[in-house]
Amino acid sequence: MKKETEHKPGKKYGMVIDLDKCTGCGSCMAACMAENNVPCKDDESNKLSSITWIRVYRLTNRKPFPETEICYLPRPCMHCGGVGDQGHSPCVSVCPATATDYDHGTGIVSQIYTRCFGCRYCMAACPYHARYFNWWDPVWPGDLKKTLSPNVSPRMRGVVEKCSFCFHRYQLAMEKAYVEGRRDLEEGEYQTACTQACPSGAITFGDLDNPDHAVAKMKEHPNAFRLLERLQTNPKVYYISSREWVRRAGDNYLKNEPTNSKPRAAAHHG
Amino acid sequence: MKIDRRSFLALGLGAAAGTAFTPLPWKLTDDASIWTQNWRWLPLPEDGDVTYETTACTLCPGGCGIRVRKVKDRIVKIEGLPEHPVNQGGICALGISGTQILYGGSRVTSPMRRSGDRGKNEWTRITWDEALAEVKAQINALVDADKADTIACITGSDRGTVPLLFKRLLAVLGSPNFMTTATMEDSYRAVFRKMHGLKGPVDVRFDFENTGFVLSFGSGLIEGWGSPLRMIRAANVWKANKTPMIQVEQRLSNTAAFSGGLLAVNPGTEADLALGLCHAIISGNLHQAGSVSGFAEFANLLKQKYSVDTVATKTGLKATAIVDLARKFANPASRSVAVCGRGKGTTAGSMREFMAVHALNILAGRVNAPGGVFAVPAPDDIAWAGDTVMTSAISGKTRIDEAGTGAYTLADSLLNRIPSGIVEKGESSIGLLFVSEANPVYTLSGTKNVRKAFKKIPYIVSFATCLDDTTAYADLILPNHSYLERYQDVPVRAGLSKPLVNLTKPVSAPVYDTQNVGDTVISIAKSLEGSVAEAFPWENYEDCLAKTLGGRWETLKEKGFVEGEANPVALGNVILPSEMPDIPAISGDGNLPLILLPKDSMRLWGDAVADPPFALKIVPDTELKGTETVVEVSPKTAVAQGLEDGKEAVLTTTLKSVTVKVAVSDGIMDGVVAIPRGLGRSSAEKYLDDKGVNVCELMEPQEDKVSGFDAVIGTRASLKRA
Repeated sequence: MKKETEHKPGKKYGMVIDLDKCTGCGSCMAACMAENNVPCKDDESNKLSSITWIRVYRLTNRKPFPETEICYLPRPCMHCGGVGDQGHSPCVSVCPATATDYDHGTGIVSQIYTRCFGCRYCMAACPYHARYFNWWDPVWPGDLKKTLSPNVSPRMRGVVEKCSFCFHRYQLAMEKAYVEGRRDLEEGEYQTACTQACPSGAITFGDLDNPDHAVAKMKEHPNAFRLLERLQTNPKVYYISSREWVRRAGDNYLKNEPTNSKPRAAAHHG
Repeated sequence: MKIDRRSFLALGLGAAAGTAFTPLPWKLTDDASIWTQNWRWLPLPEDGDVTYETTACTLCPGGCGIRVRKVKDRIVKIEGLPEHPVNQGGICALGISGTQILYGGSRVTSPMRRSGDRGKNEWTRITWDEALAEVKAQINALVDADKADTIACITGSDRGTVPLLFKRLLAVLGSPNFMTTATMEDSYRAVFRKMHGLKGPVDVRFDFENTGFVLSFGSGLIEGWGSPLRMIRAANVWKANKTPMIQVEQRLSNTAAFSGGLLAVNPGTEADLALGLCHAIISGNLHQAGSVSGFAEFANLLKQKYSVDTVATKTGLKATAIVDLARKFANPASRSVAVCGRGKGTTAGSMREFMAVHALNILAGRVNAPGGVFAVPAPDDIAWAGDTVMTSAISGKTRIDEAGTGAYTLADSLLNRIPSGIVEKGESSIGLLFVSEANPVYTLSGTKNVRKAFKKIPYIVSFATCLDDTTAYADLILPNHSYLERYQDVPVRAGLSKPLVNLTKPVSAPVYDTQNVGDTVISIAKSLEGSVAEAFPWENYEDCLAKTLGGRWETLKEKGFVEGEANPVALGNVILPSEMPDIPAISGDGNLPLILLPKDSMRLWGDAVADPPFALKIVPDTELKGTETVVEVSPKTAVAQGLEDGKEAVLTTTLKSVTVKVAVSDGIMDGVVAIPRGLGRSSAEKYLDDKGVNVCELMEPQEDKVSGFDAVIGTRASLKRA
């Protein structure tokens, strides 16, 4: 087993989200919650404590009516690989309990709830606010417990959780492939719940390094960008937008800095 | 020993080094996790074999196909059905949340008799035998008193076997009072009757997939209008093809934002804009020739009252912009279509607007043209023995809502006329009311009057799946299976380009002591014996479905849906109006400074079905905060009214004063207050209960002089700092 992984380069699963297609309907959020046993509290209107592994942000160009424009931006976990995809994601680097780790086989940043003791360093480190803390025990009153999927363990009070790119779906697909004597997955065999649900088909998921997968091509689109790219977190979620103000909203640019420009520090390092 | 600097540092370094080598901190973190995480109340989901089954969603009229993932006998997830023509694998947040309806806390778990006052939703469990005996006694009492024609029924749709079983039960008892809740489709039907002289049931269909230019008058095309998932897909095709989308609205709704073509007109002047466009088309000689009567009168009306300049002043647009838009719209190469029906289209809306928009489509030659709007005959494939005898027996009787008679020949049912009728008369014209798959107490505007009227109805039988605002006024509930537990044929309208029938299947065993409403109606009829029982010759509902659907039954069971072809009806002579009805679509006191307009979204559902927890959870805090509705105003309006973002304010209309929170937003016209529809449900489960305010409580209904439907789309309001 070990030999096998040594010989084969790992996968790099990632997403390309076409913001021109997103209508802001919120299906991805609901699909994610249903897939991953995310609970609901009586009041979820305090969005700081509301757990949504993928969250759809509403961006505006801040111009007065009627020149105002809106762009919806779905934000799952970015599954940062760090510089050179060596696995130095902001969260992984700071976790004292090894509760979150970078999987070099898939490029997925894991979260192991039973190891987490709730220090929340990772939440402070994550520049994307992709991590959520369980301030309360999850509650599924009455028969709502019957909606729980056995593929994902419910989280307890005091731990951090986040998007896993539906890792259990990867495991299930791999199990099936192994049974059928295969070692590789077809593109469609492993898809996240949000990708499947999106009514617009705005989300594309696959292996960013596999030239046969749609995402590999899409990420090279001239309008593709990543969030806070200049922090060198090396996120695996790409966005496409034909609107420049949206692309600029993806990072903190100085007024005269051109979009997609490298920060000075990075330029020094080459 | 004296502690000097040297030994202090040595001790400190030694401790640091020691700590690094001892396993104690790591053991402690591990233990901390164990101590804080082993809660015995944390559920452990039971494992089991995973299977997928296909069925259809009925939570909105859109008609999506779904597949459910089951672990043993539990449904753990609902996903879109990839091979279904409407949604092709996609699914909306409401559809996903269906499991929370199936297993939710608002389910009616057995037949119930009201034990508290009306409006309280307090119940005593009874058996099915007791419940059915009670309905039988109520019907017999009215039959014996020769008042069987005061039996009425409200359903969410008049399509498919279940609504038709209700209709048949009423007919065989001698009552014509079968009513449905009105939507934009009913207004379209009224327009076809008014402007094409069509008589029978006719449906509207849109060929959006082949449209080249979309002009929407406030329709939330990607926010739940028509068939939501089909519309989202169509809008993405438009965007990919660079098809222009123009959205006439006062707010940067998601549809407006997605279209990139917001045309902000003054509230309530949408019809004027459509007529101004008509004028520009006629004066530019851009209209399509066809057999049209009343053309000269219509042209004269436009010239007199709706010239481009007059309309420009009224709507706040530039005259050149109107002429330019008219030219683009009327260009035959555009394959354009004009659409109306506000927001999700769950309310009827004003005929003034529908007629104006339809006239625009007529002049541009977009009716029954590829990429345009079509009039097609409603399917009549459900036929039962004795239908004609029964229909003729009740045809002479006047309906309680007067639909189809006198001044109301354009409408098939006018549910909105019932509450005011009862309140004005002081007594109920309805002796016994059945309610199935509808929530009129919540969805009719002028809620206070609606409640008053429902209190006066002597006996109400609800066939609801979940407790809601309307069950609160019922005397008896004969609970229906949820859509995941029952067979039902669901013909889909929703403006689809092809006729479609879905079949819901019992993908879950009944979770509670409920019964398919079809079976309930059949057993009620059978218990009445005589001619009533004879009109229902089926063993049970499944037998009825199999015999009624004939050859399609097996296909439906296997495939889940059947698609047909729609042949447009011959439109004959077009009758253009010589005058436009002058109905203010904005109701209320003109002295109030602001205009309150409801807003719809894909996250908050304002019709019969309430938001389940997942859907509610993703409602933004600019629509609901804590237990308060959040209303949207422009920065200028906020300053003018002394309001602050995030702070409380008092919203007042002629009907009600409520405390709300304010969200200041750039995406809205000055002087307009936008309020989300779908909140303020009084009887849903704890997640949604008593949160926010129901828009219908604030809006006074406005009877349309042409159709008789409720034309209200907004109301005057004031918003003051709390």
